[in-house]
Amino acid sequence: MQDNATYAVDIRSAVKRFGSFTALDRVSLSIRDNEFFTLLGPSGCGKTTLLRLIAGFEDVTEGEILLFGEEIETLPPHQRPVNTVFQNYALFPKMTVEENVMFGVEMRGARRSEARRRAGEMLELVRLERFAGRRPAQLSGGQQQRVALARALAPQPKVLLLDEPLSALDLKLRKAMQMELKSIQRETGITFIFVTHDQEEALTMSDRIAVMSEGRVQQMGEAREIYERPHNMFVADFIGDTNLLDVTVDRIEDGRAICHIGGGHVLTCDAVDGIGAGAQVHMSIRPERLVLSDEALGAESLAGTVVDNVFIGTDIQSMIQLENGPRFAVRTSNSDRGARRIFAPGAQAFVNAEPGAARLLID
Amino acid sequence: MAGGGGTGGGVSASTYAGLRYWLLLPSWLVLGFIVLAPVGVMLIYSFLTKEFRGGVIWEFTLDAYDQFFFDRGLFGDEPPKIEWTYILIFWRSIWQAGAATLLALVIGFPTAYFIATRPERVRPIWVFLITIPYWVNLLIRTVSMKFLLRDQGPLNDFLIWTGLIDTPIHVINTDVAVQIGLFYSYLPFMVLPIYAAVERYDFALSEAAADLYATKWVALRRVLLPSVRPGVIAGCILVYVPSLGAFLAPDLLGGAKNFMIGSLIEEQFKGNAGNWPFGAAASMILLTMVMIILLLFARQQARAEREG
Ligand SMILES: Nc1ncnc2c1ncn2[C@@H]1O[C@H](COP(=O)(O)OP(=O)(O)OP(=O)(O)O)[C@@H](O)[C@H]1O
Ligand SMILES: [Mg+2]
Repeated sequence: MQDNATYAVDIRSAVKRFGSFTALDRVSLSIRDNEFFTLLGPSGCGKTTLLRLIAGFEDVTEGEILLFGEEIETLPPHQRPVNTVFQNYALFPKMTVEENVMFGVEMRGARRSEARRRAGEMLELVRLERFAGRRPAQLSGGQQQRVALARALAPQPKVLLLDEPLSALDLKLRKAMQMELKSIQRETGITFIFVTHDQEEALTMSDRIAVMSEGRVQQMGEAREIYERPHNMFVADFIGDTNLLDVTVDRIEDGRAICHIGGGHVLTCDAVDGIGAGAQVHMSIRPERLVLSDEALGAESLAGTVVDNVFIGTDIQSMIQLENGPRFAVRTSNSDRGARRIFAPGAQAFVNAEPGAARLLID
Repeated sequence: MAGGGGTGGGVSASTYAGLRYWLLLPSWLVLGFIVLAPVGVMLIYSFLTKEFRGGVIWEFTLDAYDQFFFDRGLFGDEPPKIEWTYILIFWRSIWQAGAATLLALVIGFPTAYFIATRPERVRPIWVFLITIPYWVNLLIRTVSMKFLLRDQGPLNDFLIWTGLIDTPIHVINTDVAVQIGLFYSYLPFMVLPIYAAVERYDFALSEAAADLYATKWVALRRVLLPSVRPGVIAGCILVYVPSLGAFLAPDLLGGAKNFMIGSLIEEQFKGNAGNWPFGAAASMILLTMVMIILLLFARQQARAEREG
């Protein structure tokens, strides 16, 4: 058994109700020290609520939360070694940017000169040194967001809660700040609990991800695992693009499920516990794990017609309509074009799934 | 006039601005009249000669101001000395009004904070409760305050009954009675602006402060207070200014010893014994003082805004 103390934050069957509305339903998460942990989920799924429980602004209705192995229920927010980058920034309007960043450092008992020095460092980190003397109202949304980040980092908390801290930044700055955050996290060893509804951001930054929906954790694991082996329909659909097929399981043989995908087409994939013969379930196949060919490469090559090609930067995405069957999105990397052919719309082509690409979903 | 009948909103911006100017004219006239005319009348009266049965004689003189500041003996023929009587009355008024304002702030701020942090639905009820007594005439309220504070009044009776004291606390006809009276007279003027400011305050800021290790008290002082300061200042001005010129509370609760400017001025216009030019002059001096206080406030505000 793992020692409790090695978890930075241990959430045990936490339930949060607002009146009769259940915002969080038996959420259990064990977040390790020094971890970059991401909460990923659509709007309203309870991400902010979970952070507010950890920071101490709300009390759990049921369950418990441990911080470094200690019950924190009785600890008021100002005594928790946790800082928050608030979703709406919550910068102090009557203080300058510098005073905002100094605030937490001073509250921890540092001298003013020390706090000022620290604020300077933090502002440099978020590239706002020139704006130290301004009021928050005199900054753009993205600049305010970076001040919020600097302010929360300045007192060197043990756990940093970041509620969509990059949402107001343009793509370029966002990418740069992602790198910056990641390296800050690595250098300082602060445990980051990072909230986002941007799956790409979650995949690139996190050690582990918890995918949430409607107040529940749908799946938790490393980025790659969640991407490649989604448990259920929600996760498969929410993370990345995927082909979702309605399939009927014909039979299970040697740990493989043979599935009808419509129009007489058949695909075989790994069997999953709880899905037996006759089950009507969903199957997920990532478009980049499908390959087009002009002739059948094997027994499971699916014959179809190219409907459309869409250029999407690094890739080209082709839509293939199977005869009487489903449609597939297939991605071909532009760098592969030498090796892989792009078929013109109207052309006949075969769709081939890489081994392990097709996955059955539990619900 | 141009543009009036144009279809599709053909009125140009400048025409519109001009039109607005003219439409506002009646308001400006009324405002100008009710604000400036009475002050103008008082200003003129303060430079006229007094008529012995009240009223004025239209002869220009500085007598009223002279009488306020200088003592020239019973017959007005001695060399002028500084007349301290009225200056002391002014000084006492400044001090009494200040104490009443402080009292109103100390009681009013927590009250306003309390109301502003109730659920939104019940806030109007609390505001209403605070203002209920003020639907009753100020004179009646001050008289009942006198009744409450008497040596044999309910308050003393109660305190004696509880055993906290054994002889009545003598409050009536003291400075404290006047302060309590003034505080009571103008409390809502303190509570309401502060309430409005705290209600607009974003309590997420207090959460952010707590998140950054500030105790409740520090969060209040360093984050909430600067945000609601305009409301606090408005409340202080709204209590201080009328307290300075009040005469009911000082008359009824303070007795003859605790004369304030308001009473002094009131007396000059009452009955036959008054001296209208002198009352007008005292009013002008009071007005000047209030203006100076407000200006200092505004200057300090502006400086605080600039410095953050
Ligand atoms: N104080 C509250 N009272 C009632 N319901 C609330 C309260 N706070 C949050 N909720 C509800 O709880 C649910 C989760 O809210 P939360 O703010 O945690 O969502 P979120 O995942 O952060 O969404 P977003 O990505 O839009 O920020 C929402 O349906 C919201 O309406
Ligand atoms: Mg949120």
